[in-house]
Amino acid sequence: MMRRNRTLIIGVSLVGFSAAVFLLSFFWTPYDPLEINPELSLTSPSTTHWMGTDENGRDILSNVIVGSRATLITGVFAVVICMVVGVSAGIATAMSPKWLESPAIFGIDIVLALPTVLFAIVLAAVYGPSTFTAVFAIGIALSASVAQVTRREVNGILLADYVTAARASGSGKLRIVRRHVLPNLRASLFVQATGASAIAILAESTLSYLGLGTPPPDPSWGRMMASLQQYLLIDPIFPLWPGIAIVITVLGFNLLGDGLREALDPTLRRDAE
Amino acid sequence: MATVWYVLRRLALLIVSLIASSALVFLLLRLLPGDLAQAKLGIYGTPEALAQLRTEYGLDRSLPEQYLSWLAKAIRGDLGLSVLTGADITSELLSKATVTLPLIGIASVSALFIAVPLGMLAALRFRKWDGIATSAASQLGIAVPTFWIGVVLITFFAVQSQVFPSGGFPYDGWADIGGALRSLVLPACTLALAQGAVLMRFARSATIDVIQQDYFRTARATGLSRIAALRVHGVRNALVPVVSVLGMQISTLIVGAIIVESVFALPGVGQMLLQDVNVRDYTKVQGTVAVTTALVFVVSFLIDLVLGLLNPRMRQR
Repeated sequence: MMRRNRTLIIGVSLVGFSAAVFLLSFFWTPYDPLEINPELSLTSPSTTHWMGTDENGRDILSNVIVGSRATLITGVFAVVICMVVGVSAGIATAMSPKWLESPAIFGIDIVLALPTVLFAIVLAAVYGPSTFTAVFAIGIALSASVAQVTRREVNGILLADYVTAARASGSGKLRIVRRHVLPNLRASLFVQATGASAIAILAESTLSYLGLGTPPPDPSWGRMMASLQQYLLIDPIFPLWPGIAIVITVLGFNLLGDGLREALDPTLRRDAE
Repeated sequence: MATVWYVLRRLALLIVSLIASSALVFLLLRLLPGDLAQAKLGIYGTPEALAQLRTEYGLDRSLPEQYLSWLAKAIRGDLGLSVLTGADITSELLSKATVTLPLIGIASVSALFIAVPLGMLAALRFRKWDGIATSAASQLGIAVPTFWIGVVLITFFAVQSQVFPSGGFPYDGWADIGGALRSLVLPACTLALAQGAVLMRFARSATIDVIQQDYFRTARATGLSRIAALRVHGVRNALVPVVSVLGMQISTLIVGAIIVESVFALPGVGQMLLQDVNVRDYTKVQGTVAVTTALVFVVSFLIDLVLGLLNPRMRQR
């Protein structure tokens, strides 16, 4: 399975690379990412500073490495929120009595239509920009699509014979969820979580680019892009670095999700041939 | 009769969504810690002045009352006054929309022109190198943040070869139509590339669907080439799912416009919203966000309606 699924292999490698950079950031960076060196301001890439230095003479490579923290941590927590909220809402909607189901679906639809970043902007307006508001806004906004997919899947599972059998033998709703629904959802949840990670990471970098994400001095890829963009005239390569970091991570999660879907869903594999 | 019911049901859904989303935005912005009147008057806030301001903005009334009176005015197109500058929110929003709406319009149309042909190419030649390369480009395009595309375009077309301005909008606005269009080229391209990459995936899978249909095989059997058969039968059939995705993407487009305006310093709705957030002008943020979400709901309503009328199977859902 792995041998033929190139998408999955590339996805795993790219995500693995980002995760390795993230772990590395806790042990080693070429320079102190916050150390200011006025005499080294805005130098182009060289053997001593591989990616060059920013306007304050800080090493860009070190900042890109440490910047992975803000992005990946926001991504992971947002995905945890969206999975917990989305999956519970999806299961609850699918298992709720008929009269409650339509309003619940409707509620999910409304949140689904709310633009994620716009929602995050409103929260930032209210509570001030911070990692927490970004995580919360992205998590809640993404939970709607998770809830929608989960609800459909659960509806399918609930029609299966083994669920009818479990009901007939007196299993309660909670037991059915634990014994039958959740184990059967596992594959779909993995796929959804990787897809949500990609969107969450893009949303985080967008928010910090707009100045509404992780506040300084903690470096974040989006904010680095926004500040380095001003020095395009000196060397157009500056803003490319944090951009490449974002692309590698997001592409990795997207391919990982596609590859997983292909690996877990045999019908898709036949389609691809 | 079924059609009438479908339209009515969908319309009811639209109205409830508009009320629910505007109430949500209202609540989020009013549950703030602190007091709007105090924030505006600062150290000049004598008790009398505070009380007067609260009455003026209706802050002394209950939340549902405040919401209903805001809603009643909003329906008539009156979004009230900015709590900080006292400017009329509706007219400011309308003047900023003259930048944002053309940007979104040009970008959506260009995105379709990028996505549909390339998606078809990727589908027809999915084993050949050019098909694979187009699919890979679309994957890459989805992973690239919109603002990065903008920065790259600025680097090439505004810094290295100074063909287009790197940002800003003519002071005279659309009176200087050449200048206005020139300053929208790069922003619209940025948004179109970002959207096009997403749409291309759908165009590709829609084309694969068409190729597998019996009518396509029949057309091929009558002697039409793959391209000709696709032109006669494919484009329109493949366009339906792509347009519906474009409709669903309207919220992404609006967010994309906010980002692009920020990259290119365009004085549009998005730029205004970000400034209002920074100075905490809540009434204006509320008006802008409410109108924007309303736009999202109305567009998806219209798209649903068109698709429902085109395709009777959609009405069942």
